[in-house]
Amino acid sequence: MIDLPTIWAAIIALAVLAYILLDGFDLGLGLLFSVERQEEDRDVMVNTIAPVWDGNETWLVMGGAGLFAVFPLAYAVIMPALYPTIIAMLLGLVFRGVAFEFRFRAITERGRIWWDRAFLLGSLVATLAQGLTLGGLLQGIKVVDRAYAGGWFDWLTPFSVLCGVALVIGYSLQASCWLIWRTEGALQRRARARARVLAIAMLALIVAVSIWTPLLSTHFTNRWFAWPNILLLSPMPVVVALVAWGFWTGLSREHHLTPFLCAQAWFVLCYAGLGISIWPMMVPPSITVHQAAAPPESQMFLLVGAVILIPIILIYTGFAYWVFRGKVKPGAHYH
Amino acid sequence: MGHGIDALFLARAQFAFTLGFHIVLPAFSIGLASYLMVLEALWLRTGRQVYLDVFQYWLKIFAISFAMGVVSGVVMSYEFGTNWAVFSDKAGPIIGPLMGYEVLTAFFLEAGFLGVMLFGMNRVPRAVHFMASCLVALGSLMSAFWILSANSWMQTPQGFTRTPDGRFFPADWWAVIFNPSFPYRLAHMVIASYLTVAFVVGAVGAYHLLRDRQNVAARTMFSMAMWMAVIVAPIQLVVGDQHGLNTLEYQPAKVAAIEGDFTTEPGQPLILFGWPNMRTETTDYEISIPHLGALVLTHTWNGSIKGLADFPREDRPYSPVVFFAFRIMVGLGLLMAAAGIAGLVQRVRGRLYDTRWLLRTMVVMAPAGFIALLAGWTVTEVGRQPFTVYGLLRTADSVSPIDLPGVATSIAAFAVVYFIVFGAGLVFLLRLMGRAPTVGESGPPKGIPVRSAGITPAPALDDAHPEHPVRHS
Repeated sequence: MIDLPTIWAAIIALAVLAYILLDGFDLGLGLLFSVERQEEDRDVMVNTIAPVWDGNETWLVMGGAGLFAVFPLAYAVIMPALYPTIIAMLLGLVFRGVAFEFRFRAITERGRIWWDRAFLLGSLVATLAQGLTLGGLLQGIKVVDRAYAGGWFDWLTPFSVLCGVALVIGYSLQASCWLIWRTEGALQRRARARARVLAIAMLALIVAVSIWTPLLSTHFTNRWFAWPNILLLSPMPVVVALVAWGFWTGLSREHHLTPFLCAQAWFVLCYAGLGISIWPMMVPPSITVHQAAAPPESQMFLLVGAVILIPIILIYTGFAYWVFRGKVKPGAHYH
Repeated sequence: MGHGIDALFLARAQFAFTLGFHIVLPAFSIGLASYLMVLEALWLRTGRQVYLDVFQYWLKIFAISFAMGVVSGVVMSYEFGTNWAVFSDKAGPIIGPLMGYEVLTAFFLEAGFLGVMLFGMNRVPRAVHFMASCLVALGSLMSAFWILSANSWMQTPQGFTRTPDGRFFPADWWAVIFNPSFPYRLAHMVIASYLTVAFVVGAVGAYHLLRDRQNVAARTMFSMAMWMAVIVAPIQLVVGDQHGLNTLEYQPAKVAAIEGDFTTEPGQPLILFGWPNMRTETTDYEISIPHLGALVLTHTWNGSIKGLADFPREDRPYSPVVFFAFRIMVGLGLLMAAAGIAGLVQRVRGRLYDTRWLLRTMVVMAPAGFIALLAGWTVTEVGRQPFTVYGLLRTADSVSPIDLPGVATSIAAFAVVYFIVFGAGLVFLLRLMGRAPTVGESGPPKGIPVRSAGITPAPALDDAHPEHPVRHS
């Protein structure tokens, strides 16, 4: 049954997906600063995303503000429940966002190195925190009387830590593939070698999370393994494997764009898997999409704007990417 | 998890701290984006190099302040939920969509075209670049529209119904958006950001004129800023007065707190200075002018306004903060108007660029707009207390169930990170402003030599950053 809350759940889900796909490689580039130590390479890396990172991060604001607007109960429960991870994510993003601008402004070599470290550390904290937030949400949040009723460290479990690690690996893979696409020469060669290792680690973690998630609750187990769901959902792992085949073919034939698209496809598939697990819950195990929904007057009011504006946003975001297309070379004229 | 008054106080402190840092940045961006748009338009129309130079000079500053505004703004979009969960649940159906529209109409627009504006001068035709600049400016104004609508609704709520459990549901969106205080607040805020930028630009122009009176770009900046000051500052005084009258109508307790007056009497005096004592309900050390309060607020000789003591004790905003913040704001507003008039007088006498006392005054007044803005924001927000939704939802009933140690940890983390990040940002901004504008001013950040051909022809080697010896290898 398609109604307003369903449509809005889809829009918010897509906004968060857009964020993961677009800012994932931004954060990943920060993570790759841990292994790319040459100043010139780092400049090139940052240059590949300089004109677009700001727009990428706006999808995160869209996710937050959207949730506030159309699912206020979910917003009011999730944020306090995951308070430490959300605050850590925000602080991480603050740090890396400005480090990005400031590293070009530093006067001394030491100053620049310091901001490079801030860029790496901020990216790491933000990524880990996002993974922990995801894990904390999936494993369930205790709610009593429309408010979070759990403890201070409920979010910290082996499962949420696994999600955090998985995201660090996943974003690093995204960034490596992004560099294969947008750079050339030695930097591109190293990115290619790294993508190979990271992809293996990522696949292993996908398997681990996929096995663990159904064990978290009977709701998840039934969703995946009850008849006929198991039949309907069986193509999922097959598609993941097909994408893996495409990835390795692209990598070994030295395609520029294929590995990036395949890495993105993995994220889409994993995300779809999460959606399948969690639906129709918004805050497992007790608040559904419909229970969390704002009144129809609120949802309809914003939907009008979303339907008109989101396509326009996609068009001009595409335009911005198109303007700055092509390989980024050392010493490009913008940073 | 219960919460005591201390957790509530820290939650308020954290919100005020993070918002205080944030608010100056978009305010600066709103004014600067419009200024940049005007400069580019003048350049395209006249073809004069100086407009392009000034444009490029401020574009670099815009890039940094905008980045800081973005990251501190992301924080705001989540902090409603982390620290004001009950407010979010209850008022979310109204405040949320307004903020949703802000993201859809403003943030994406700014972010989408900022890249083209900052780095695209050599990549797209001039008309397209100018369009990008216009859209960034438009986005910043749209952002002001929606966020001030949301803020104004919290001050003067209307167009809603309430559920039995106290949630606000929208009944009439037009009434929600165009609530009674919104037009005044929007005008007051947008003008404030124009004035803020005028005084920053004026100060930078003055600073460089003091060193080199012949610097054409500095002259242009200073002249444009002084025009803005003399035209806009008086308008702001009128708009502010109207805003005050609107507040008197809808939030009389706030006005009583501003006045620092506890008693209701005919021919209300205007208290210039004193200490509003909330406990004894008197204003200590009072210096006042009889009948002036009545004249300003009711525009009659013997009018009266309701004193703070006539409001229930639990509904009174904390007057000392509001009282002094208001006086700081108004004092600076008058000073800015005076500076604008002084500039006009010297211009008429043909000495605009040669009057050293005026140039020095303008340098000193660089932060005047920022301080007035923060003071005004303090007046309106502290004056709204003890409510989040005025008269309907108390601040104490809006807070998240986060215990004291949790909020204490997060506020400490915010303090450390913000002081490092924004401190460094301020240093970088001041360094950029301290560098004299030159002919053939370069675009946003480079300092990187052109080693191999990029996609576009190599621009001239950037001499704007001699402080980067390492990079000019």
